[in-house]
Amino acid sequence: MPEVGPAQGGNDKERKHVPQHETGGAPAHEVRDFLLRRSEQIAQRWADEPLFRTVFTVSREEAVEAGKAVVDALAQVADSQRVEDPDAAGFTGVREQLARMGAARSRAGLSTTQVAAELAALRPPVENLLVADLEQEAPERLRECSTVLSVLMGTLRLVAMQTALSEIQALTDRQRLQLLEVATPVIKLWDGIVAVPLIGTLDSARSQVVMETLLDAVVDQHARFAILDITGVPTVDSLVAQHLMKTVAAARLMGAECVVSGIRPAIAQTIVHLGLDLGTVKTRASLADALGYCLHELGANIVNATPDGAGRR
Amino acid sequence: MSEGFSRPVAGHVPVLRLGDVLLVTLQGDLHDSTAFQLQQDLSETIARSRVTGVVIDISGVEIVDSFLGRVLAEIAAQTELLAARTVVAGMRPAVAITLVELGLTLPGLRTALTTEAALELLAQPIVPGRAGGVREESP
Amino acid sequence: MDTGAGVEARLPIRSDMDLVWVRQHVRQAAAKLGFGLVEQTKLVTAASELARNALVHGGGGVMEASHVTAEGTDGLRLSFSDSGPGIADLDRALSDGYTSGGGLGMGLGGARRLVHDFAVESTPGSGTTVRVTSWVARPPRPREDL
Repeated sequence: MPEVGPAQGGNDKERKHVPQHETGGAPAHEVRDFLLRRSEQIAQRWADEPLFRTVFTVSREEAVEAGKAVVDALAQVADSQRVEDPDAAGFTGVREQLARMGAARSRAGLSTTQVAAELAALRPPVENLLVADLEQEAPERLRECSTVLSVLMGTLRLVAMQTALSEIQALTDRQRLQLLEVATPVIKLWDGIVAVPLIGTLDSARSQVVMETLLDAVVDQHARFAILDITGVPTVDSLVAQHLMKTVAAARLMGAECVVSGIRPAIAQTIVHLGLDLGTVKTRASLADALGYCLHELGANIVNATPDGAGRR
Repeated sequence: MSEGFSRPVAGHVPVLRLGDVLLVTLQGDLHDSTAFQLQQDLSETIARSRVTGVVIDISGVEIVDSFLGRVLAEIAAQTELLAARTVVAGMRPAVAITLVELGLTLPGLRTALTTEAALELLAQPIVPGRAGGVREESP
Repeated sequence: MDTGAGVEARLPIRSDMDLVWVRQHVRQAAAKLGFGLVEQTKLVTAASELARNALVHGGGGVMEASHVTAEGTDGLRLSFSDSGPGIADLDRALSDGYTSGGGLGMGLGGARRLVHDFAVESTPGSGTTVRVTSWVARPPRPREDL
């Protein structure tokens, strides 16, 4: 909503016909009047800045329009005299646009610091215009107004960064979820035998995903046996042990047997040291041992290949 | 989820006889009283007809709380007393995860992935009640 | 998002038939708010345990379901109230294996493990209220496990 003027609220009676060289009145209102008056010029100059130029690529007009929306928001904030407040209502309308701009720059490969620098670069053009406009004013007045303006621009930067950071946070959360899913491949080793090789640290969110993925595979593949291979898990503490036991118990309720393999000597030691009770969990030293056990349970015999063909079963 | 929201089932659950095995298929959301009724019906039928096994197919059951869990465990214990074995078949992953989280691992219960696997399990000579393990473990 | 309808409800718990309605309502509300299948099942099971507690120990009561939001995340809050004798020793009632009603003793402590937030208020002589909340697809932050 680009055409939000300073019409509502405030206590300045002479707002409608903005006097060019009014003295007195709050500096914030002087800045507001300046912003409204120079909206077009400011937006034109911003359109040349990388932040606008590279995000709004359809046309220059598009960039100018976007710039005007931001200038209007700033004017509104100045009108409410809350130039230091990133939560000022005036910012509401442009928050989404700022987030889009920030996100676009991040996607283009810029670091957060670089985006912050681009935001900072929006200030000088506005300041130059202000100085030119208020030439006739008392130096004291000019200083007050440019202080207000730089605070306001600082707040804008804060708002933009805040919004961009929360976008990044949301993206990270989404990616974390996706990573959880792709990091848990279920492999069919044999008819009726599936395995999940676990790599990396097991926290409770990941354990939950592992459990669900494995149990779904048990149903899909009609697997009587499920092997959880923890060769790639750096440490086993009581929490991890608990998760392993839960998975084993759930598989058992479904009618499948779960074998935990890949217990390295160091992990075996930790388990004993911590006094962890893996209870009824079936364990094997290696994935191969676990597979051997499952095949045996399924009634498959492994014999060496004979010259005239494959020799299993 | 393809299935809709099941209507509550009140009254009797049909018990099907297949040779010397009883097959019970539970569906949807069970009344407490229906579960109780089933428990009674089963023990009467087993006592009367000398079956050697009971298969309870719960693949159509969306939740098992501690009450239904207890009923299943009691049916298993009861049939054991009557020299028969009970196998609970087809528990859904979400149900299994929830039961474990609830703290109900039902260690004495025989389980199987499907009704067919359960029948296969009952066809085997008696081995200590354990999931999936159909073969006897040789030394 | 209009989630008020189909989520907000106040259901009586007076018979085992009512337990079925409680479970079905919680299942539908959880599905509507976008809970995954496992979380739905956990919530329905917790509701079943708590409603049965209210019925068996509290002589009946009421369940209230509501849609809550926090930090942009949707949640389902369920509150179970009865005006029964109350729970004299809460710590003991929450520990596994404790039962006063002939179950497996998983009711309260078990239900607590199935939800994200759990609060119980009980005044001996005037009743018990258990309030539980679960959140949809909470970002997977390592969470304290019990």
